[in-house]
Amino acid sequence: MSKFMTVMMHTYRSKIKSKPFLITTLITIGLLFVITNMNEITKMFGEDEASKIGVIDRTGETLPALQTQLKQTNDDLKAEAFTKSESEAEKAVLDGKIEGLLILDKDASGIITGTYKAEDVTQQSLIADVELALQQIKNKSAAESIGLNQEQLAAIYSPVTFAKESLSDSAKSEEEAAQVYILVYVVLFFMYMAVMMYGSMIAVEVATEKSSRVMEILISSVSPVTQMFGKIFGIVLVALTQLALFVAGGFLAVKLNGQLSGSESIINELKLNEIPTSLIIYALVFFILGFFLYSTLFAMLGSLISRVEEVNNLMTPVVIVIVAAFMIAMFGRENPESGFVAAASYFPLFTPMLMLLRVGMLSLPVWEVALGISVLVGAIFLFAIIGARVYRGGVLMYGNAPSLKLFKQALLLSKQEKKNTTDI
Amino acid sequence: MLTINEVRKQFGSFTAVDGINLQIPRGEIFGLLGANGAGKTTTFRMILGLLTPSQGRITWNDKEISYETSDLIGYLPEERGLYPKLTVREQLIYLGQLRGMTRSQIQEQTDKWLKRFGAEEYLNKKVEALSKGNQQKIQFIAAVLHRPELLILDEPFSGLDPVNVELLKSAVNELKKEGTTIVFSSHRMEHVEELCQHLCIMHRGKSVVQGNLKEIKRSFGKKNVSVKADFDLIYLKDTAGVIKHRTTGDGIILQIEREEVAKDLFQAIQSKGFVRKFELEEPSLNDIFIEKVGVVHE
Repeated sequence: MSKFMTVMMHTYRSKIKSKPFLITTLITIGLLFVITNMNEITKMFGEDEASKIGVIDRTGETLPALQTQLKQTNDDLKAEAFTKSESEAEKAVLDGKIEGLLILDKDASGIITGTYKAEDVTQQSLIADVELALQQIKNKSAAESIGLNQEQLAAIYSPVTFAKESLSDSAKSEEEAAQVYILVYVVLFFMYMAVMMYGSMIAVEVATEKSSRVMEILISSVSPVTQMFGKIFGIVLVALTQLALFVAGGFLAVKLNGQLSGSESIINELKLNEIPTSLIIYALVFFILGFFLYSTLFAMLGSLISRVEEVNNLMTPVVIVIVAAFMIAMFGRENPESGFVAAASYFPLFTPMLMLLRVGMLSLPVWEVALGISVLVGAIFLFAIIGARVYRGGVLMYGNAPSLKLFKQALLLSKQEKKNTTDI
Repeated sequence: MLTINEVRKQFGSFTAVDGINLQIPRGEIFGLLGANGAGKTTTFRMILGLLTPSQGRITWNDKEISYETSDLIGYLPEERGLYPKLTVREQLIYLGQLRGMTRSQIQEQTDKWLKRFGAEEYLNKKVEALSKGNQQKIQFIAAVLHRPELLILDEPFSGLDPVNVELLKSAVNELKKEGTTIVFSSHRMEHVEELCQHLCIMHRGKSVVQGNLKEIKRSFGKKNVSVKADFDLIYLKDTAGVIKHRTTGDGIILQIEREEVAKDLFQAIQSKGFVRKFELEEPSLNDIFIEKVGVVHE
């Protein structure tokens, strides 16, 4: 086994076996099951009991109309006439006998008004249903009062027929755009999570070896460059393992949901299985490249510090960059054509997220994608070279808070040590 | 044979090692002495290839030292370091593999060494749970596991109790007999005197004394006379040829310029009373060190 493999497998094994890895993986898969099966889980707690609201109808004619309306919008919501006084009704609300109290009246101009009283007004959806029903009754009676019949009323409220057609052959259909939207979102999210989790993992790993001083033995037996890349690849393997577990878990969860509910699974509903293969490949390519880029960055930064506690200080600027990329990507989802997004997508630290977004949302010429990938690969190499040098110098440096000066020092130290940097 | 030829190491404007020349033959224990900051660790790091000399060459059996030769070299750093969360076994397997060993070789050597150090029960314990002395034993095992041709020990005995020092010393001597070349640094002069045939005292990056231990002592010229008697001996310090004196509990130790002065001292104590001890001693390495480096060490 080559030393590169030894370092890689050691990193991989020690991470896979670690408790945090097992716990996060299990919790995430558990969450996946819960989220995808939310509908079934809510059912398990029994159907919501039909809520009942009491109505004091001072108009004397609105209640039957309200009941009909509510039946259409929300079958679980019953409106019943409350025959006793208002104060008694309020007491009934507080006692929990009825969900709420609706007082219907007419204002001076004869328009229906409603006052809803409940223990608290946090049940937004119930209140919205009541309000909507009342609105429709009001519209109807207002329309009738000016002499419109049912057909005329329907004509006013019917939605406009509006179709979108793209003229370019390669343009994305609306449906495709929606799929991409989801895929991009998922990849962006994974990327963000992965970089945050594994990036810090790499930095912590390097810092631990430095702080426990095991580093000196390590670099006396294997070159820092081999060591750095062994570690990065090891962590990438961990990430891929975890990702595979998530995907498998997610797949099973969706399958389970399909079986339980007997309806079409989410996959079919969102037409996720119709996502073009090329886009999935792009997503994987950008994910892996992006991951390498950030890993190299983190390994380099990790080698600059001498204590694990300092990892957080170093993380902050990188996190800001990732958050910025995430924000631009969110903005870009709405405006993929924007020149700003296009320009930003060639900035290596943003490329993995933004270029993927643009590939998905627009019909980009191949050269643009190729250029994006080249920029990314170039940046990875550049970071790797600088990283390896800083690493080489950095691992022998102790003390001092991380700073630009430290970075320069490490570079200087390793410049003198160039001799062995090339052998991986 | 380890050859260090006119080696200099500069960090910016600071010269850490300044023109060191050493030749250490196979199967020899070589001592590198020096105060803190004398350049010992920098020299070691250059031997290991962790640092590249600004000038000069270091070779092992006429080959440049690089990561190709790292399987031949063992290293015990001054700053001890192991993975705190790994068990002794996992630790040694990883470090052994990095030195090009197979699992079964590692297993065999680990068993052998743990048994020798009476530390078998720690095999599956995490390193952080071990005492400092035991951690150091494990660290030593990690350095010698792959049967290196060249073994570098930076302060191997610091922080160990006398029993463990003896244990480690005998292991070092045995490795030497098997043909391992050992370079070690120490603050403790008595360890160097006991183990080394050849040594080098470094001071501010330069080698101030270098060569065979016996010759160094002989050529130092000055000797010590240790006297113990039932009467007050302090007047002896005024004898011509006495450089320094130090009183001990029941006697006095005098440093003298030449051996002849001892005879005068012997005359001087005649018929003064009962003499319990009169001994002409070789200078201790400590005396030489203090003289050459000009600082009191430790």
